[in-house]
Amino acid sequence: MKQAIALEVNGDTYEVLVSPNQTLLEVLREKLGLTGTKKGCDLGACGACTVLLDGAAYLSCLMLAVDAVGKKIVTIEGLSQGGELHPLQKSFVELGGLQCGFCTPGIIMTAKAVLDEEPQPTEESLKKKMAGNLCRCTGYKKVLDSIMGATARMGGER
Amino acid sequence: MEKQFSVVGRRLPMLDAAAKVNGSAQFTDDLMLPGMLHGKILRSRLPHAKILNVDVSKAARLRGVKGVVTGAEIPDRQYGIVPKARDEYALAKGKVRYIGDEIAAVCAIDQEIAEEAVELIEVDYEELPSVFDPLDAIKEGAPIIHEGVANNTSFAIRKEFGDVEGAFAASHLVSEDSFYSQPVNHAPLEPHSAVAQHDPIRGQVVLWSSTQIPFFLRRNLAATLQIPESRVRVIKPKVGGGFGQKIDMFAKDFCAAWFAMKLGKPVKFTYERDEVFIGTRQRHPMYLKVKTGMTKDGKILGQQFLAYADGGAYNSTAPTMMALSCFFLMVPYHVPNLLYEGYHVYTNKPVGGAMRGHGIPQARFAVERQLDMMAERLNLDPAEIRWKNSIKAGEPHPGGFVINTCGFAESVRAAAKAIGWKEKRGKLPFGRGVGLGGASFPSGVTNMSHISSGAVVQVGQDASVNVLTGAADIGQGAETVIAQIVAEVLGVSLDDVRVTAADTGATPLDPGTFGSGVTVRAGNAARIAAESVKKRLFECVADELEANPEDLVAKDGVIFVTGSPEINIPFAKALKAYQYKDLPMPLVGRASWMADTSEPTTLFNQPGNFSPSYSFMTQAAEVEVDTKTGKVKVIKMATAHDCGRPINPMLVEGQLEGSIAGGMGQALYENVITEKGQVMNPSFLDYGFPTTLEVPEMESIDIETDDPVGPFGAKEAGEGTQLSPAPAIVNAIYDAIGVHFNELPVTPERILKALEERK
Repeated sequence: MKQAIALEVNGDTYEVLVSPNQTLLEVLREKLGLTGTKKGCDLGACGACTVLLDGAAYLSCLMLAVDAVGKKIVTIEGLSQGGELHPLQKSFVELGGLQCGFCTPGIIMTAKAVLDEEPQPTEESLKKKMAGNLCRCTGYKKVLDSIMGATARMGGER
Repeated sequence: MEKQFSVVGRRLPMLDAAAKVNGSAQFTDDLMLPGMLHGKILRSRLPHAKILNVDVSKAARLRGVKGVVTGAEIPDRQYGIVPKARDEYALAKGKVRYIGDEIAAVCAIDQEIAEEAVELIEVDYEELPSVFDPLDAIKEGAPIIHEGVANNTSFAIRKEFGDVEGAFAASHLVSEDSFYSQPVNHAPLEPHSAVAQHDPIRGQVVLWSSTQIPFFLRRNLAATLQIPESRVRVIKPKVGGGFGQKIDMFAKDFCAAWFAMKLGKPVKFTYERDEVFIGTRQRHPMYLKVKTGMTKDGKILGQQFLAYADGGAYNSTAPTMMALSCFFLMVPYHVPNLLYEGYHVYTNKPVGGAMRGHGIPQARFAVERQLDMMAERLNLDPAEIRWKNSIKAGEPHPGGFVINTCGFAESVRAAAKAIGWKEKRGKLPFGRGVGLGGASFPSGVTNMSHISSGAVVQVGQDASVNVLTGAADIGQGAETVIAQIVAEVLGVSLDDVRVTAADTGATPLDPGTFGSGVTVRAGNAARIAAESVKKRLFECVADELEANPEDLVAKDGVIFVTGSPEINIPFAKALKAYQYKDLPMPLVGRASWMADTSEPTTLFNQPGNFSPSYSFMTQAAEVEVDTKTGKVKVIKMATAHDCGRPINPMLVEGQLEGSIAGGMGQALYENVITEKGQVMNPSFLDYGFPTTLEVPEMESIDIETDDPVGPFGAKEAGEGTQLSPAPAIVNAIYDAIGVHFNELPVTPERILKALEERK
């Protein structure tokens, strides 16, 4: 039986009718039209579906929509403010930290959570924390460079 | 020195980078149309069986199901990207040939119902004997996978020049060695998807597809639906990586279009990740025997090859793949006498197809490994052997290739230097080592009928430039590169250029993204179209500038008289002048470009040129082998790369870095494991490819050449660099632990076993 829930996404509240077994990923994409969050494997193994819940990175394909009730959800669409790209996003654009762009939203959301927790990560630490986000195009060099580049831009900004 | 170019050669962000970082870039599965239905495909559970009956009645009765189709109902028309190799139906007719072969499809109001419905379809099979290894499949009495294909050999290729026997007789050292490369999945992050919509009034079906080849897809789709090509419009949204896997038409394309036409509603089919592993394409596993004769000082006198490619159940690109595998043994080394025999063999396994490098990585691995083995026996430096045998630009090529530019010898030296070859090779402590691999790749492969690229460049009243190209950007940045070329020709900034791309209903013909031809082929078309615009603009403003049109230059937003930059007119004003003369607007230039080269399969019996230009590269790896766990850590990979003049060095580097990760995967980790035809690891949990933790330090060295054919001297970039990382790594492993590995991947288990045996 479907149930009505309220989800707080990117600062707005959405009332949606969901099945108990529906993932947050499905609801974001199919009910809310927030297709920036991607389905790469549906198994929690690629990171393309990463979103923030109360500031922490979560795989939305492994989370039931009903379990996200009461949390502040931020998707890639909610990262830029007033049409201005977030410093992380700017850094990815300028340093070529993306190619096909399918894994990019998940990578940026993970990176946001990582930098919020550790604003000046070492390369080793960053590599460890980004290892759950797969990319088949870039070989990760420019991805890591983009995140490192953003730390300077962000200058402690959260 | 005055800089030669303003836009070409600059590290500019991709045109669509901002859309890709803010979540607005739309991929096929992101498209939601009103009233859209969802499809699901039923796949074979058996590797080889006759289909006796398919009972869809229960599925059709399920509430919410809008349609069911089986192979028996679709037109009797096989398809394939290579016309002479068509052997596939969108849904199998009468027989299935691998676990995953498509049998039927359903279409329902939502995905859940579609999934439930396919489970209700009942298939009566009569199981047939199966064969899973090409060396078994070629034997007398092996199960016949495709009727009429003897020994399951769908393509047998022979290429010969010179006298290999004479060369071996004259050689100081002849070595014969066997190699094996494993199946690898492309694993693009975006699973394959298709959305179709039918316009019953105009009788046209529109297909949005995650495809690399919109125009070939249009042709195959029209043929299999048995409707004119004009009734099919293929639009390519953003594509989330392809690496060759999205070169074919798939059941999802056909079924989406079929149901859209039958039901009058939009239909979406998106594959699950396991379907991408099982039911699309993979790199061909290949057995390769190589016999090489060398002089005492390491000159190659002759080479003989015997290759068996495991094609799986269907041909896909078989003849092209075999041709590439064969012809790219003739570069980057000078091989004066050659005999190649290659066989593409069907098995009851997932289908082999184009994958980055396309038949060449397997051959390159074998040759580059053997060069090191022979260098050791001759007591020569592997780096020296490579530059000594390098082909040279302008020299007659034994196979008839036309090599206008070649930075290979220089790339060997540069890569060796960057890795510290002299100080490290043979001198590092046990467990550490360095290795090299060299390669060359074409800038475009000719495939029948769709061989030219078109381009239209329009300049509007506000002086903005719009480029129409059929080139398929799949994430490599094709649209950006084409826009940079046009901007350079017209002397405008990249911001002034828009690209409208890859819509068979709106953009000119283009073969698509395969064989690394986009920059040269589509780039040249765009360059010529832009030059035609410029010529007319120059003719228009010449009077005003009191100069000959031939003496004008367009650069940095201004048209000026060469040598007298003070006599000028801004580009936007020039366009106003064009309008005020009542010349027809928009100002349009159009062009088509095709390479003056031969279709590969015509070159088996005669010499000839394969590609308009050839890229060259050497990769050098440093590795550390953990002798307790058998794990290999790649510490550094240096790449020296001749891709002509890079149009966008940042994008070229990106290609190169990505292919290092891909090559590492092939060398160390990746393997599509099958048991009796069943893929055992069809997920990212079980099939590992490199993450941030594994990738090494990467150094890119650009060996710039100015190729006369490519736009602004550019050649292929991004596919060739996937060829040599694997042999470079495996050669470095030899340097580290003294064990030759001639089979891929080199897993920790195999390393530990080899170390144990050495004790």
